[in-house]
Formats: sequence, C-alpha cells, structure tokens
Amino acid sequence: MIGIFVFLGVFLFKILTKFFPEQDPFVVANGFVFFWILGEMGMRFFLQKLPVMSVKPLLTLPVKRSTVVNFVLGKSALSFFNFFPLFLTIPFGISLINNGYPISQVLTWLLALFIISLIANFLNFILEAFSSDLNIPFLPILILVGGLYGLNHFGIISFTEIVANGLLAISNNPIYILIPITILVALYSFNFKILRKKLFLDASLKTKVKDVKAADLSWTKRFGDIAPFMQLDLKLIWRNKRTKSMAFLMVIGLLYGLFFYPQPTYRDMEFMWAFIGIFSTGFFLINFGQFIPAWDSGYYKMLMSQNIKYEQYLRSKWILMTMSVMIMFILGIPYIFFGWKILIAHFAAAVYNVGVNTHVIMWGGSYNRKKIDLDKKAAFNYQGTGAVQWLIGIPLMAVPMALFGLLNWLIGFELAITTLIVLGVAGIVLHKQFMAMITQKYLDSKYKMIAAFGKDS
Amino acid sequence: MIHTKDISKSYSGTQVLKIDELDIPKGQSFGLVGNNGAGKTTYFSLLLDLINPSTGTITSNDIVVSQSETWKPFTSAFIDETFLIGYLTPEEYFYFIGDLRGQNKADVDALTSKFEDFFNGEIIGKKKYLRDLSKGNQKKAGIVGALIGNPEVIVLDEPFANLDPTTQIRLKQILKDLAKKQGVTVLVSSHDLMHVTDVCERIVVLEKGEVVKDLETNPTTLKELEAHFAKSAVSASEEE
Repeated sequence: MIGIFVFLGVFLFKILTKFFPEQDPFVVANGFVFFWILGEMGMRFFLQKLPVMSVKPLLTLPVKRSTVVNFVLGKSALSFFNFFPLFLTIPFGISLINNGYPISQVLTWLLALFIISLIANFLNFILEAFSSDLNIPFLPILILVGGLYGLNHFGIISFTEIVANGLLAISNNPIYILIPITILVALYSFNFKILRKKLFLDASLKTKVKDVKAADLSWTKRFGDIAPFMQLDLKLIWRNKRTKSMAFLMVIGLLYGLFFYPQPTYRDMEFMWAFIGIFSTGFFLINFGQFIPAWDSGYYKMLMSQNIKYEQYLRSKWILMTMSVMIMFILGIPYIFFGWKILIAHFAAAVYNVGVNTHVIMWGGSYNRKKIDLDKKAAFNYQGTGAVQWLIGIPLMAVPMALFGLLNWLIGFELAITTLIVLGVAGIVLHKQFMAMITQKYLDSKYKMIAAFGKDS
Repeated sequence: MIHTKDISKSYSGTQVLKIDELDIPKGQSFGLVGNNGAGKTTYFSLLLDLINPSTGTITSNDIVVSQSETWKPFTSAFIDETFLIGYLTPEEYFYFIGDLRGQNKADVDALTSKFEDFFNGEIIGKKKYLRDLSKGNQKKAGIVGALIGNPEVIVLDEPFANLDPTTQIRLKQILKDLAKKQGVTVLVSSHDLMHVTDVCERIVVLEKGEVVKDLETNPTTLKELEAHFAKSAVSASEEE
C-alpha cells in the first residue's frame, strides 16, 4: 500500500501531464483533494479509534486530568493515518520542485495538506463520539460523505473547486494557512471538551449495558433436536456487533447484481451470471460459514464439555445457511427484469450453494484456529481470518464460475445450468455422508481448536 | 467413581502434571489445593477431556474420558467464564444447558428457583446479558448452570473466588448438601484453605504437578494445611 502511494507520488506529475496536457498538473492535483478527503474520512471512521482505553491506568496516577486528555488527543495526532498521505504528497512535492515550482509554495502546500489530515483526524473523533450511541453507527458518516459527494456531484455546491482554490490561495499566499490552523485548533478544543467530560470510569471508559430484548424463537422448535442450537445461532447473529453488521451487509450482497446487470457489457457476459448468482445468494453463507466454529470460540470449552452431539451443532449451522440462500434467492427474483436466463442462472447457483458450498465451507471451518471477539465491528475486521479462509474462496466461487463459463462456451447454456444443478442436488442427496465426514474432521481437531480458541489473539 | 492412573501432561518437555494414582469414590466432596501453576486446572481439564493427556488415563464411572463421550451426560463443570455464553441472559443460558441435558423449561425453572437465596435477586429477571454482569454474578450463574440436569460429577474450579461473603457461605452449604444428601461427587479447587476444609471431606495438595498431601478432613486439617503452605513460603524466602 505504501509502495503504491510512493509510486503514485513519484509519477503523479507525469501521469497528470499526460492525461491533462493543457492544464497545470498542480491545479489538477488540487482538484482531487476533495475526493481524497472524503475517502480519508470514510476510512478513518471504520478503522481509526481514539486511543481512549489506554489511559485507564493513568487515571489513578498523580496526573492532571487535562494532561491526560491532551495525551490522548496528542497520541491520536501521531497516528499512522496522519502520516500516510505524506507518502504520496512528499514525492509529488519533490517532483513539483524539480519541475520548477517555487520551493516555498510547495512547502506551504504540503503543510496545508498535513493540517487537513489532522483536521480529518479530529473531525473523525467528534463524529465517532456522536454516532457511537446510534443503532446504525455508520449512518452519520454515510450521510456526511454521501451528502458532500452528492452536493458536489450534482453541481449544487462545488466543493472540488472550493478546496482546490483554497489550496491554491494558501500556497500563493502563505498567510491564509492560518484558516485551516484555526479550524484545527477549534476542532481540537472541541474534542478536548467532549473527552474531558467523558474521561471517567463510569462514563466513556465503562461499557454500556443494554436491556435485553428477547425475540420469540419458538418457531425453531419444528427443527427438533437442533432447535437449541438454532436459537443460539440466531441470538449469536442478532446480539453481537460483528455478526449484526454482517447481517446488514447482506443487503449489499443482495444488490450486488445491480453493479453489473444494468451495464450491457456485463449483462452479456454469461459466465458472470454464475458468479453473481453464487455471490448474491451465498453472501451470508460465505460470511457466516467461513468462521464456523470460531463464532463460538468464546465458549467452545463449555460446548465441548457438554453433552452435545457435534452433528447437531453443525447441522444447525447448515440449516441456517441453507435458509439464507433460499431467502436471498427469493428476494433476488426481481433480477428477472434483466432477463429470465439470469434468474435461472441464479437458481442454479443457489442449488449449487446449498448442495456443495455449504459443505465445503464447513469442512474448511475445521481448520479454523483463530478466536473471534464478537464485540468488534465487522467492516475491515479480518480477525479470525487465516490462509484457509482465503483459499476456500476458490472452490466456492471460482469453480462454479469456471465450470459454468466453460460449459456454456463449449456446449451451451442449458447444459451449464444443468451441471450446476446436478452437482448441487448430488450434494443435497449425499448430505448425511458429507456431514458424517465433516463431523469426524471436527472431532479430530478438537484439542487443537480448544487450545487455539483459549488464546487471546 | 473417578480413577486416575499414571496421568501426566507436559508442554514441550515441561511437565505440568503427574499423578500416579488417585481414586475419588462416589459421593465424595473432593478438594484440590495448591499454588498457582500447581496443576489444578490442568487436572480438571484432563478430567473433562479438554486437553489430551501425554500419558495415562482418567476413568470416570468405568469410562475412559479421552476415548468415549458417554461420561458427558452425568458430568458437568464450571471452570471459568469461558463456560458462559456472553450474549445470553442467565435464564436463556440455563435453558440452553437444560436443552443440552434433556431438561425442559419447567425442570430448569424448578431447579433455579431453589437458588433464589444464592442469586440474591441479581440474576433472574434482570434482562441483562451474562457479559454485562459483574464477575461475581457471572460466577453464580455459571455454578448454578453446572448443577442443571442432575449430574453425578460436578467440577468447579475456584468457585469461591469473586463471590461476596454471604454467597460464599451459601455456596458452601449447597456443595455440602450435594455430596451428603444427593450422593454427587463434587470436585472443587480453591486457594482459600478455610473454604475447602469446610466443604470437602478429602483434600489433596498439588505442588508442581504432583500430589504431595492427601488428607481426610478433620479438625486439625486446616492447621496442617496452613503449616504446609507457610513452610513453603518460609523456605522460599530462605532461598532468596
């Protein structure tokens, strides 16, 4: 990543001269800064956290409270995120100087960009402080970034120009740099105020306790002996941050086809249908399945000492995944709008998901050796992800896609569809045998899993 | 009931537990004491087949625990908070354990209602997740969870830690009743010598993974244990 940035920074000047020969590359670059800021805000929101927990031990030491707050905020200024853009801007700055731009102008420009990074830094914490109580914590950032982008895109307020002109003005007349500095100071003191109020053990440093809202899950009783596990799994999904945001992400999976089908180029690429079908009907399957049984890692020891049948435990997960595939397929029926063939391809993909992919992913799960902390957010959270999780993606998505594409190209659509369906049905027919194999696999790695899940990663 | 033979466990060459022979008869309340790292939890984990023994076997009711799973229906345990499911309420947790052990809701309710005193009104009907309870209340829920389903063997690791004094006294009564009246084999470990001598008929002292004392509890046992641990404290300070 850093490499890409440095590379871009070095060659940006050349690239810009090539693509925009009539314009001043410096001016063009400034035109992109606004989008840069939006992207940075989005990234920061999901990845960066105020290092507030690290001060718990300081509270009882003879240190002034305001010093502690300054320490936390100061520490955040040293975050990697603030230095990250420098990998791009400094090489670009150097190439500007090499191309005859005045040194003082370039330096002021660099300084201004760095201050903008810091502004984004502190703005992000204010945003997080306000959105942490909300039910959908990423709503404010979506509205902010989306809103600004929209206003800009539809030409209502051209932030691109405002930011670009502002930067130009600053680099031409360094006195204007006082404006971003003032904003920075204002944001800092605002953060200081919020944080100072919250820095007590019973306020921000204490985790919030919510009342339980229990849903009626008695309908799971019809699944017989696996009902307790299904109830547990449903509660697992609904009551933990990470799984809950995963459930919300299903919407993206469902709408995934809309990225492709509206464009005729993709709509006519038939092998893409299988891929999109597998992905959109199997979105939950893939995201949930790849972390079986790590979802239960927190209490795995207890499960293993209890009188449980491993097969029931796994079958509950299988039924859950199968149901999700069916629901996603049904919700995806409107794709017929783009052609009935697409819907048939999705149907074949769904059958393949149920018959083959569920088993493959559960088999892969027996190689899970990483604990999962359920309370962490889902976006960009790769905790619990190992090499196997990436490798398992190949048979899950690439195999059906290749198979479908190849047969479709060589012989025809009907045969390609039939093959996927036959494979899927074969998997369903052999379900019992597969489950017995998978169960044995889990039993064999029992001690290893217990030991691995007991460790804090 | 529980028969330990030549069991040992080592991690990369370091031996953490080695017991040649240890018999725990049915209905005995058995106490395991020892300093940190003496092997108490290791022994319990072996008994519950959570770790693989390096050598030897533990037999529970004539079943070798590492070879068959049929000991599970009559055995229950609470080792640490990883035995709890954080995103359930205590009631849901009890019902879940009940489901696993073939007890319906009414059975579980009947059992937990007997522990109203023990819970002190802080567990049932509070609409709180287990992960949000205090350490002491989590422990209470975990201990009662281990009593569901009429187990014949109950394993509790450090059950007295984190409990308030009143609850400690109530727990002692519960454990005594289990062994005496119901013939349950209760295995308890503790750092608190007074509690174990109160509860257990028999106390085994582990040191560096080996059994160094095996005592029938009598009025002088507490003194003897205190003397034993005081001695190792004295000898440790002399070595320095």
